[in-house]
Amino acid sequence: MNVLMYGWEFPPHISGGLGVACFGLTQALGREGHKVTFVLPRMQKGVASAGHLRLLDAGDFAMETLEYRELERRHLLEHLSVEVIDSALRPYITEKLYLAAIERMERIERETAHSSRGYRLAVTGDYGPNLMAEVLRYSQVAGAVARRVPHDVIHTHDWLTVLAGLEAKRVSGKPLVVHVHALEFDRSGENVNQAVYDIERLGMEASDRVVAVSHYTKDMIVRRYGIHPDKIEVVHNAVTRAPRKVEDPEVDGRREKVVLFLGRITFQKGPDYFIEAAAKVLGVRKDVRFVMAGSGDMAPRMIERVGQLRLGKYIHFTGFLTGADVERMYLSSDIYVMPSVSEPFGISPLEAMRFDVPVIISKQSGVSEILRHALKVDFWDIDDMASKILALLDHSALRDELVAQGSRELESIQWEKAGQRLTEIYGRLAAQGDN
Amino acid sequence: MIHVCVYFQVHQPNRLRKYTFFEIGHSHFYEDEDANRAISRKVAGKCYLPANEVILALIKKHEGRFRVAYSVSGVTIDQFKKHCPEALDSFKRLADTGCVEFLNETYFHSLAFLFSKEEFKRQVEAHRELVRREFGQTPTTFRNTEFIFNNEVAETVEKMGYKTILAEGAEKVLGWRSPNFVYQPAPCKKLKLLLRNYPLSDDIAFRFSNTGWSEHPLTAEKFAGWMHGTRGNGETVNLFMDYETFGEHQWKETGIFDFLAALPGEILKADDFAFSTPAEVSAGASPVAKLDVPDYVSWADVERDLTAWKGNSMQDDALEAVYALESRVMKTKNPDLIRVWRSLQTSDHFYYMCTKWFADGDVHKYFNPYESPYDAYVNFQNVLSDFEATIGR
Repeated sequence: MNVLMYGWEFPPHISGGLGVACFGLTQALGREGHKVTFVLPRMQKGVASAGHLRLLDAGDFAMETLEYRELERRHLLEHLSVEVIDSALRPYITEKLYLAAIERMERIERETAHSSRGYRLAVTGDYGPNLMAEVLRYSQVAGAVARRVPHDVIHTHDWLTVLAGLEAKRVSGKPLVVHVHALEFDRSGENVNQAVYDIERLGMEASDRVVAVSHYTKDMIVRRYGIHPDKIEVVHNAVTRAPRKVEDPEVDGRREKVVLFLGRITFQKGPDYFIEAAAKVLGVRKDVRFVMAGSGDMAPRMIERVGQLRLGKYIHFTGFLTGADVERMYLSSDIYVMPSVSEPFGISPLEAMRFDVPVIISKQSGVSEILRHALKVDFWDIDDMASKILALLDHSALRDELVAQGSRELESIQWEKAGQRLTEIYGRLAAQGDN
Repeated sequence: MIHVCVYFQVHQPNRLRKYTFFEIGHSHFYEDEDANRAISRKVAGKCYLPANEVILALIKKHEGRFRVAYSVSGVTIDQFKKHCPEALDSFKRLADTGCVEFLNETYFHSLAFLFSKEEFKRQVEAHRELVRREFGQTPTTFRNTEFIFNNEVAETVEKMGYKTILAEGAEKVLGWRSPNFVYQPAPCKKLKLLLRNYPLSDDIAFRFSNTGWSEHPLTAEKFAGWMHGTRGNGETVNLFMDYETFGEHQWKETGIFDFLAALPGEILKADDFAFSTPAEVSAGASPVAKLDVPDYVSWADVERDLTAWKGNSMQDDALEAVYALESRVMKTKNPDLIRVWRSLQTSDHFYYMCTKWFADGDVHKYFNPYESPYDAYVNFQNVLSDFEATIGR
């Protein structure tokens, strides 16, 4: 089957699990015999077209005429209950940034209008204040892509690409699968961005099938978005067993134990709970280091808090890590903690387990549905989190059992299963379309 | 005459409360009183009280021809006293009929035999005193925790003066032989061995309400027919099972109590069948063969070995840590400390740490108050750390 897939990030340029999941899924779909065209907002340097899929830079597609583009925009706005650009910008934007965004958009339009090959959109993949505008323009390009690339099914990943998927469906009439890796409620708690919520709901309502990465997420979709449970399929993520890039480091028995947080330092990931648990542990013993690897809007507050606790000597910030550095980080860690407040899936604990690192994961996560050989805590229960970190530091029997059982369990968590499930879903949709 | 030998195991562990690392050194109370009270009362209401009522009625109805045995662990009796005295009274009424034998086991339902023979003997003696005090009998039949058995257990128990021991009728004990005879453990001269007929026992204990089972629904008449079918192939059919089968594992709605009430009458329709307690079976029989059991067997899971309690590094670590405290605890001569130490030996604490969930998972999970075996281990180690600090050096 030909799959037209819309995403926002793809390895090696990733800021989170979405890119990792897209890579694993497209690989598995390739093995199932599908041809996947993966549309990205901007071709990133270093992304080669791998054998199993074609990567398309959405910006490479020329629009035929300006009129066409206006038509597309009007059509999209009909589907949205919000004033997309303005309302989306309101929550964060200052007057100055807003003017800058407007100016930038005008510049883009000027440049593209003068292009001899017709109208071109320069879509960027940056998360930023003009994000909503980018999302809208990306979705317009999607229509053109769907016209040129033959496909049997359209598959989108998260709200950023929902409008693109709807556009493609309108153009080709092919079934649309909306894959939910994270919801606005996961990212923002109760302070949802209404525009994002509306796009998510619109996409799920208009889709032919919704795929959720966990039952946790499925429940949230049913409860918060009013989608009928029968329309939602749960396809759990997995972990890619890629060969290691780096060698095991020399084992130094005297080295201090390292407890790792690796992820975006944002509300959703619960970094503050990690710091508070670290402080509890350090109140008991000082022969342990805590590492926060990642970046995000809460990083400054976390660093401040560590200073306030006078624990800078023991809690370290590495910034955002990629590639081999991520592997090195896992290899030099003794415990991995994922204290997420709301985690639709959470691939990173599985990656830590690949490096024989025992994991402590939040019960508020999708991965805890499939992972038995992990320590589980409520994200808010700092005492329990610290108690479990201390137990792992104290008892090698606990660590050994988790690592041994975990590596066995990991064998069964494979992308192939996800690929097979998606194949079934595509097959049913295609059959419905034929009738 | 073919004996029908029925024995029920009655055991409820003392569950530990959630005890975090940060309580170590601050709080020395470990038990989850609320859960223990609630579970004792729930199980008494669903199983012990109604089942005892049925048994009492059967004893009266059959005028001494229906006889049965129980082993009630010491920790269970203690919980009854604290949380549910009416359950203990109801067992005492059964004892008063003269048709009920009470067996001896380790007071704390422990694995002490595997780690300390001295501690094992002390716990067996303590339980014997308890049975004498509560039920007015001096036990002569012994059953080890979870039917853990081998030549060495038999030898030790014989030396302690017991006449009969119970064990699992597993293939690795019996080989080609039938469980329906009285045997003798290889190293013993007097001790007699009664073996559980596990297919027939499990028809009631595990399969009774299984609608996917070809024999479902199981009626008393059908089961009595199977019992009568053993005629010519044995002198005793030993039906040993958890008492919680009645009303707890098999809910009342499945008809398990009606089955229990009807079964003795159906079995006794054949004149050559008689109910006898283990001591009675043993007294009238001479062993047909000696059985050599060098390796440990138990009645747990499909493996019938020790791996439900002693199968992974966490379990080994926790067990070794508890028993390593023996001499320090005993030296304190403080009965409260000794008691707490013993309550930490109850086998259930280690059962909760079992990670071989995949084949026998259902049973393990059903009885587990913890969300995972790892939680069970962490909690236990926290408690043990505090306890160790309490006894000093």
